[in-house]
Amino acid sequence: MNLTTSYLGFTLKNPVVASSSPLWDSVSNIRALEDSGVAAVVLPSLFEEQLLLEEEKLHRDLTRGTESFGEALSYLPMLRDYNRGPAGYLELIGKAKSAVSIPVIASLNGASRGGWIQYAREVERAGCDAIELNLYSLVTDPLRTSMEVENDYCDVVRVLKSSVRVPVAVKLSHFLTAPANLAGQLDVAGANALVLFNRFYQPDFDIEQLEVVPRLALSQSQELLLRLHWVAIIHGRVQCDLAITGGVHTAEDVIKSMMSGAKVAMMTSALLEKGVRHATCVLADLQRWMEEHEYESIEEMQGSMSYRSAPDAEAFERVNYVRTLSSFAVPRR
Amino acid sequence: MADSRGYKTIILDGNEAVASVAYRLNEIIAIYPITPSSPIGEWADQWSHEGRKNIWGIVPRVVELQSEAGAAGALHGAIQAGALGTTFTASQGLLLMIPNMYKIAGELTPTVIHVTSRTIATHALSIFGDHSDVMAVRSTGFVLLASNTVQEAQDMALIAQAATLESRIPFLHFFDGFRTSHEIAKIVPLSDEDLRSMIDDGCVREHRDRALTPDRPVLRGTAQNPDVFFQAREAATPFYFACPTIVRQAMERFAERTGRSYDLFEYTGAPDAERVVVLMGSAASAVEEAIEILRGKGEKVGLLKVRLYRPFAVEAFLAALPGTTRAIAVLDRTKEPGAIGEPLYIDVVSAVGEALDGGAVTQKQFVARPRIVGGRYGLSSKEFTPAMAKAVFDELNRENPRNHFTVGIKDDVSFTSLECDTDFSAENSQSTRAIFYGLGSDGTVGANKNSIKIIGEETPFYVQGYFVYDSKKSGSVTVSHLRFGPQPIRSSYLISKANFVACHQFNFLERMNVLEAAEPGATFLLNSSFGADAVWQHIPRQMQEQIIAKRLRFFVVDGYAVARDTGMGSRMNTIMQTCFFAISGVLPREEAIAAIKSSIKKSYGKLGEAVVQKNFAAVEAALANLQEVHVPDQASSRFNILPSVSPGAPTFVRDVLGAMISGNGDSLPVSALLAGGTFPTGTSRWEKRNIALEIPVWDEALCIQCGKCVLVCPHSVIRAKAYDSSLLGGAPSTFKSAKPRWRAFESMKYTLQVSPEDCTGCQLCVEACPVKSKSEAKHKAINMAPQPPLRGNETENWEFFLGLPELDRGLLSHTQVKDVQLLEPLFEFSGACAGCGETPYIKLLTQLFGDRAVIANATGCSSIYGGNLPTTPYTKNLAGRGPAWSNSLFEDNAEFGLGMRLALDKREDYARALVSRFSNEIGEELSHEILFADQSSEAGIAAQRERVSALKRFLGDTSSAEGRDLLAICDSLVKKSLWIVGGDGWAYDIGFGGLDHVLSSGANVNILVLDTEVYSNTGGQMSKSTPRGAVAKYAAAGKATAKKDLALEAISYGDVYVARVAMGGNDTHTLRAFQEAESFDGPSLIIAYSHCIAHGYDMANGLKQQKAAVLSGYWPLLRHDPRLKEQGKNPFQLDSRAPSVPLKDYVYAEARYSMLVRSDPETASALLREAEEDVARRWEIYESRAAMPGRERGIKERPIEPQPATSKELLPAGVKQ
Repeated sequence: MNLTTSYLGFTLKNPVVASSSPLWDSVSNIRALEDSGVAAVVLPSLFEEQLLLEEEKLHRDLTRGTESFGEALSYLPMLRDYNRGPAGYLELIGKAKSAVSIPVIASLNGASRGGWIQYAREVERAGCDAIELNLYSLVTDPLRTSMEVENDYCDVVRVLKSSVRVPVAVKLSHFLTAPANLAGQLDVAGANALVLFNRFYQPDFDIEQLEVVPRLALSQSQELLLRLHWVAIIHGRVQCDLAITGGVHTAEDVIKSMMSGAKVAMMTSALLEKGVRHATCVLADLQRWMEEHEYESIEEMQGSMSYRSAPDAEAFERVNYVRTLSSFAVPRR
Repeated sequence: MADSRGYKTIILDGNEAVASVAYRLNEIIAIYPITPSSPIGEWADQWSHEGRKNIWGIVPRVVELQSEAGAAGALHGAIQAGALGTTFTASQGLLLMIPNMYKIAGELTPTVIHVTSRTIATHALSIFGDHSDVMAVRSTGFVLLASNTVQEAQDMALIAQAATLESRIPFLHFFDGFRTSHEIAKIVPLSDEDLRSMIDDGCVREHRDRALTPDRPVLRGTAQNPDVFFQAREAATPFYFACPTIVRQAMERFAERTGRSYDLFEYTGAPDAERVVVLMGSAASAVEEAIEILRGKGEKVGLLKVRLYRPFAVEAFLAALPGTTRAIAVLDRTKEPGAIGEPLYIDVVSAVGEALDGGAVTQKQFVARPRIVGGRYGLSSKEFTPAMAKAVFDELNRENPRNHFTVGIKDDVSFTSLECDTDFSAENSQSTRAIFYGLGSDGTVGANKNSIKIIGEETPFYVQGYFVYDSKKSGSVTVSHLRFGPQPIRSSYLISKANFVACHQFNFLERMNVLEAAEPGATFLLNSSFGADAVWQHIPRQMQEQIIAKRLRFFVVDGYAVARDTGMGSRMNTIMQTCFFAISGVLPREEAIAAIKSSIKKSYGKLGEAVVQKNFAAVEAALANLQEVHVPDQASSRFNILPSVSPGAPTFVRDVLGAMISGNGDSLPVSALLAGGTFPTGTSRWEKRNIALEIPVWDEALCIQCGKCVLVCPHSVIRAKAYDSSLLGGAPSTFKSAKPRWRAFESMKYTLQVSPEDCTGCQLCVEACPVKSKSEAKHKAINMAPQPPLRGNETENWEFFLGLPELDRGLLSHTQVKDVQLLEPLFEFSGACAGCGETPYIKLLTQLFGDRAVIANATGCSSIYGGNLPTTPYTKNLAGRGPAWSNSLFEDNAEFGLGMRLALDKREDYARALVSRFSNEIGEELSHEILFADQSSEAGIAAQRERVSALKRFLGDTSSAEGRDLLAICDSLVKKSLWIVGGDGWAYDIGFGGLDHVLSSGANVNILVLDTEVYSNTGGQMSKSTPRGAVAKYAAAGKATAKKDLALEAISYGDVYVARVAMGGNDTHTLRAFQEAESFDGPSLIIAYSHCIAHGYDMANGLKQQKAAVLSGYWPLLRHDPRLKEQGKNPFQLDSRAPSVPLKDYVYAEARYSMLVRSDPETASALLREAEEDVARRWEIYESRAAMPGRERGIKERPIEPQPATSKELLPAGVKQ
């Protein structure tokens, strides 16, 4: 049985990939992923905005109160280097690459064109196999239109593609008006893969303290449906690979992802909840299911339930919507 | 950059120059922080952390000790054991080294101690420079070698090391504190090869051969008896005879290698001088400048610079002095009260006398016996200018020159002072002389240091930078004095004639004449939110008149707007620096801008590209915003510069302190100041600084009157009063009031008032406020708003508020935060940092016990903001009572306080004895009531005060001696509260021995340790309180050991009251601890978590961090009350819950920890793990101790639960609790 799949030009031993997560910030964890059978790993995101904020905060913290009072012209020692910026991240890439043989994909989460390019080049130099670009900027300015935002996204991808040689995957948010159209634009701009969809910290309210607090819940399998839906729609309409992330917990989820047209299914929450070893179980289950259902290869099933290939394509549109609703039964008291 | 002779040059200050040499020539460096020498140790520690090697390829070991005495001891041990060792110190620190210095010298052990000479505290502490410390050690046997400039300080550091190794006599190399230690100059550096060439490895080997080692055992440090001690002491004499020659030879070798020649005594001036000044230190440069001018006028004057002061080489001294000398003025930068004259003067008199009387080795021929006079100058960095030097030369011209004179002050008491010609100036017309007025927080000094580097590196110009700092830690004014020019800069004094003046803060114009030093035709740059067209009408008339009269070129730039728009916040350093270069013409504009950018890259590159880019943007925006003002022909403003204090202030405040506030303290005559150093309290209220851009505004409708904002306000600018509603009759129209939320005061009115002109804008109050609006969550019961529009009305409101009566203290619960807000603070408007974590505890102390408190204060932050002139924060109530405060030293504060306690007790004993003796006359009842008064409550104390008043009335016309005695001391019959206050540097380190002893004494003293976990006042050096994993000065690699548990150490005595508190963790607990400590009849120790600017985060979050410290288990709240033992209970009470927040959530919010994560992540991670173990282990110990039963098993005190912000029944509808 052939579990291999191709993603970003690499032949992966199976379609289970660890999606970007702060968990994979140590070589030992990354090695554990490989040992569990995971086919590739996306490293934690390097947040450009966070780097900038940290730089500025450090500067403020080191200069606060300085050069004011004769007895204390400074309050903290000035060190020669602060290992600032992406240095630690670049070190992680280097160490991960020498520790594992699966592809190591760097993840960049940036806000400005200048920042993207600089960091992309640095992570490429550090040895990553590919770059996943987390294209998410929260647009709070009411004067900015969706077209402007999408144009910016495409522009960034174009510039980035011309700046690095490694493949570039683009991770999208589902807060888009016309995802299929944007997918096409990004494809044309040169993206080697689209990763659907990102999950975010969402602000929550503490109603006792009247404070806004960030909260991130682990994903649930039902979140997969949104991804399946859009991958199925986009599949076959773009040249680039598609990947699903968010809601992949079981072998069944992986199978569905493949059938929708994804090349890989990315996991984090399930590995967090059940441990890295969970990947081994998923792969075993996957293999068992394929045997039971006499599938020869993953490739065989990829896209088999996409918009183009599903027996009833309309199911992805209005009809599906109506059926879903009508399938609910009002609970009797 | 190379200088005009082709030598490579560098730009640095005296401390760094000396550190560079001392570090490379030693193996063991024992350090302890003291201003102004602390930076030398900081450099050494940093370089050691970075792995820099000395000239033998070894990384020196830098070790911080618990005091200078400890540093000297460690140095003594290190050099006895054969290492090359050094230390750095000043002032009192040097005095603490004296015992070891005698030993080191007596044992003929080579070492060099580098001293930034600083005033010794006498009637007052002073951090500034003079030679009183150095002069105090001249009998130790150390060689005293002086250097006068930054270049010389570097060079002499090497010469001293070479000579000590050869002569075996230890050296004290000194240079003037601040004037040389902190002056930035362009110097020729010494390379490793230079150092190597001067150090004789043979001497080093000999030193090592003399080391104590079991391989060649000897015994040193014997006890000797009358039979041989004397002879053995004299055995060292030949070494001292040989020393001057060795020093001179070292100087000659140095000159051969570097081209810079020095001598034991250096004469400069007319070869046939008749009048000669003799001195040592930085003032020599000012004298040289004066001589140059005077010689140009044909005067025969000269200067003899003393470089090797001890051993005093009489022969060399006489040889250097011109035979034509008829009159000598010896200037000493010290005062030796009661002596015939100051030390150098006495030495010169002896030297010349011996020469003339045949006592010297060689006879000196003078044309006539020179007249020798001595004078004092420059104490505590008092300016010494060429004009003063001229005054001395003029005096020598008189037939009978005054002896034992002073110069630089007006002495209208002893009439010793010389008159100076204030118009006499030696400023070089070819130089650029620039003065910059800025705020500490706006980056002015940093920018100027940067400009000096740029000019020094990009041009062949000589450069000099000297910076005058404020005595306040918040809103501090800085004045930068920069000189650049083609000639070497010798001017060791402030600029009085500037051709460029910049004022970086518009509001300075209100109270300071920043143009006083501007010379005609100078350029004036002003940071102004008003553009070139509008600014004129907003500046005071005096300034307009000066601009016109002096024909100044006038430029404005809106620095704050540019900073804001380019993301620089409130730091305008780059912006104002760019403007300076753009209009000063020191460098071609384009070249200057390129240099600024290159410098930005160099300075900020290691912090990140973002900071660099923002600064680049600021450079461009600054140029675009710079505008020249068309100066009108006539002044038109109708307002003038405001007086420094209100005309209604007491005379002393107005005339004396007022002059100091306005920067005219130098003009005060001796008679203006009381001998002995006593000052009135309650003076800070007269110094209105207006430093807050935003101040808190009270929302009386939302406020629940919990008192938390009042409690935490570090500067006592938020106050609450409850008062009779009828008093609102004359209130200003904007004065706010609300119905009090106390049942007992319901018929009254309540007001929470902010002093707009005293607020520092720290925002701690807003953070402390627990109430949020239902309709807009960010709106609290107290909110920040811009100060200028509020200032007028709120000042009026504040004045009205102050006039409202204080509530009877007896009506309030002194253990409830809500009630304590209504107690009058007797500590206000200190110069502490905005958001200080220490001062709220001190304020609380004064609210609770201030009217009967005596405070012994260790040197440190609390003694500086507590007692630094011009105005001081301790104050008194309407009855004239308030804290009596004093600072002795850093090391002895506990003992100092104990002495006060003993005196208070003894005085009370005597008063009680007299009352007993007078009982028949004053009546049995009154005397019995006085003698057996219960003063354990506020009411009891008030009643005793009434009785004492009655006693005074009775004794009013007594004629008996004992009656008069009783009258004089009967106030001591009212219970006094003795507090010993200081920081962790004192309590954990230098003063620990005394603290420990006082804790064991059983005396009724209260000790408050304001624990910031570093030496805050000297800039954040590590103490034994510094936690594991934190970066601090002297612990640049992160502190590897755990914080000392001072509480447990004190608890181990069993009969000491101990509390560990954190106001932000539980304010009620803090309050309870203060009350319990004070009421405990024995030693009490309160260790108070004090957030500090040295922790590296915004102080507005201080309370949050305190809370996090408690919740993480890092700072467990506890009380140990020995009284509970008497009740059969466990005296140890753990008052906080088990850790509920990860330690890293607490620590990584502070740069002192997080910077290590960035610089050395692996060490940071390891230290965090160990710190987590510390927390867990300590918690286990505390928990098990708290769980121990008392003698009466099973009875335990209930811990204090955090007090809810409000009591529910008092909540207004809809306000969340």
